[in-house]
Amino acid sequence: MPGLNEPSSRRVLMQGNIAAAEGAIRAGCRFFAGYPITPSSEIMVQMAKLLGSNDGRFIQMEDEIASICAVIGASGSGVKAMTATSGPGFSLMQEALGYGYFTETPMVLVNVQRAGPGTGQATHVGQGDVMQARYGTHGDVFPIALCPASVQEMYDLTIRAFNLSERFRVPTFVMADEAVGHLREPCALHGGFEIEHRNRHGEGAPFGSDAPDGVPPMPAFGDGKKLMVTGSTHNPEGFRKVDDPEIHDALVTRLMRKTEDHRGEIVEVEEFFLDDAEVAFFAYGISARTALAAARRLRKMGVRAGLLRTKTLWPFPEEAVAQLGRRVRAIVVPELNKGMFAGVCRAHAAAEVHSVTQTNGKTIEPGRLVTFVQEVLK
Amino acid sequence: MTRAMEKYLRGGLGGTAFCPGCGHGILLGALLRAVDRIGIHQDDLLFVSGIGCAAWIPSPNIGADTLHTLHGRAVAFATGAKIASPKMTTIVVSGDGDISSIGGNHLIHAARRDTDLTVICANNQIYGMTGGQTACTTPVGARTATDPAGNPHRPFDLCQLVIGAGARYAARYPITRPPMLVDAIEKAIRTPGFTFVEAISPCPTQFGRRNDTPDVGDLYEKVEALCIDRENAESMTFDERLKHFVIGEFRP
Ligand SMILES: Cc1ncc(C[n+]2csc(CCOP(=O)(O)OP(=O)(O)O)c2C)c(N)n1
Ligand SMILES: [Mg+2]
Repeated sequence: MPGLNEPSSRRVLMQGNIAAAEGAIRAGCRFFAGYPITPSSEIMVQMAKLLGSNDGRFIQMEDEIASICAVIGASGSGVKAMTATSGPGFSLMQEALGYGYFTETPMVLVNVQRAGPGTGQATHVGQGDVMQARYGTHGDVFPIALCPASVQEMYDLTIRAFNLSERFRVPTFVMADEAVGHLREPCALHGGFEIEHRNRHGEGAPFGSDAPDGVPPMPAFGDGKKLMVTGSTHNPEGFRKVDDPEIHDALVTRLMRKTEDHRGEIVEVEEFFLDDAEVAFFAYGISARTALAAARRLRKMGVRAGLLRTKTLWPFPEEAVAQLGRRVRAIVVPELNKGMFAGVCRAHAAAEVHSVTQTNGKTIEPGRLVTFVQEVLK
Repeated sequence: MTRAMEKYLRGGLGGTAFCPGCGHGILLGALLRAVDRIGIHQDDLLFVSGIGCAAWIPSPNIGADTLHTLHGRAVAFATGAKIASPKMTTIVVSGDGDISSIGGNHLIHAARRDTDLTVICANNQIYGMTGGQTACTTPVGARTATDPAGNPHRPFDLCQLVIGAGARYAARYPITRPPMLVDAIEKAIRTPGFTFVEAISPCPTQFGRRNDTPDVGDLYEKVEALCIDRENAESMTFDERLKHFVIGEFRP
């Protein structure tokens, strides 16, 4: 059977979901468990194909709960593992995602967002799960969530998601959307990445570290370490400690610090025309492309508009947004939900924040944003 | 448990978390004897459990890799772990509520797929950990915290359930007969593919006290009295069988 294709800088026409699967294989993913759901299913189908020819393991499970649990089990066995889903499946996975977080299990989940809530509009785009990625499971969690805006980024950010997940032992989400997932555009399956691997054989207890923001080593099942993995509160060795207040607080705090203290390493933003901007969009995913088109049009009309695009949803790009708030008069946040990130933006930016929302299963037209900005500046 | 099995226990254990008279500790002993007979190296063993008293049988007690998961999902976690690392002998040990109520769908699908797992269900016919609520294995008429006047519903026949789904091996024995239980667990682990052992493991605290058998000895005797070999149960009516523990090997 043919193995992994040689990386290539040649750009080929590709669908976003396929690019995510290619990225996963390039990152070293060798296990996929999933359950079909539109608009993410192409990822699963492509993974079935790619894992078959790359000595990997693919399994179609009985539901999304089983899928995410199988992924966590596989990761415990030392194999990089992933699943892909959309809204209803993401909801079903929430309990296990909290388990993955608390057991510090690296894993990647691609959520190709569709128009919710409920079964919503399965084939139409939405960005309504961005808060669920942060707050969907119970308890205090600090997951990592990336957000691609192009087919190339479906590839690049899936690789990055694996790298961050392995580096920090934190479940990591690629919060794609139907438009980016189903978009077809040129994409290079390049090899310009260092690939991270978890610290499997390092010294130290598997669930503790002397450094407050420390990432402990993660031996696999079968490594002879007699691991105790549990989603209940545990001490650094893994013994359940469900009555000790100090151990619980120390664990919750250390897990928070793993992501919070490494914002600089995790958060990625991109700036367009911000040097002299008086108004700026703050956007993510497919809506950032709308915002870029609108900013360009506004510039042609003589309006000093710019864009801060974030590739990281969580941890939130607090510093970049605060700085933006000091630079511009107004921030406009276009998104395919009822203003979820506009609210977060308001908490961090001193400037006035305007929310442009659209929940009709369609991407926003740039013209709508142009008109909106003209009104704001009046 | 005999001293001979202590070598399989994890160092640093404080003691047992099980109530006096709980069957789960006897099941732990039977499981370790079976593992000892087969001679599997501890580093090649992975025990997966869900949530409940029974989920504490392997975790943290056994000195091997233990994965203590979510309520109901042990079989799904075990499926991923086993497929990713086939060299590991992967054994699920968990409760009746965990494996067959909230986790029932994972159980039948693992049996259907014939994933190489051994699932051991510690059936105490009740939700022990949460205070004695009705389980899908509670006998008709038994009193529980949520059915104080007696459970109106029939229990699952777990062995028949997994056989219907494709299990390679299925047996049921009470912890009052440890040698049979050890044999069954040994056979289940030695048999490739999906195998299942149901251990009747009485719960004096939550079940016995509510059902006229607060004394552990009385409860164990009652379990013994209700056990009937599968050959002898064949002439019974369906409803009569429901009142007993039909024991034996049901597959092959
Ligand atoms: C999703 C979820 N629902 C409910 C619970 C609460 N819970 C913990 S243990 C348990 C029942 C366990 O019963 P069983 O599996 O029969 O084990 P036993 O304690 O009887 O050995 C329940 C309902 C939980 N932990 N998670
Ligand atoms: Mg029970």
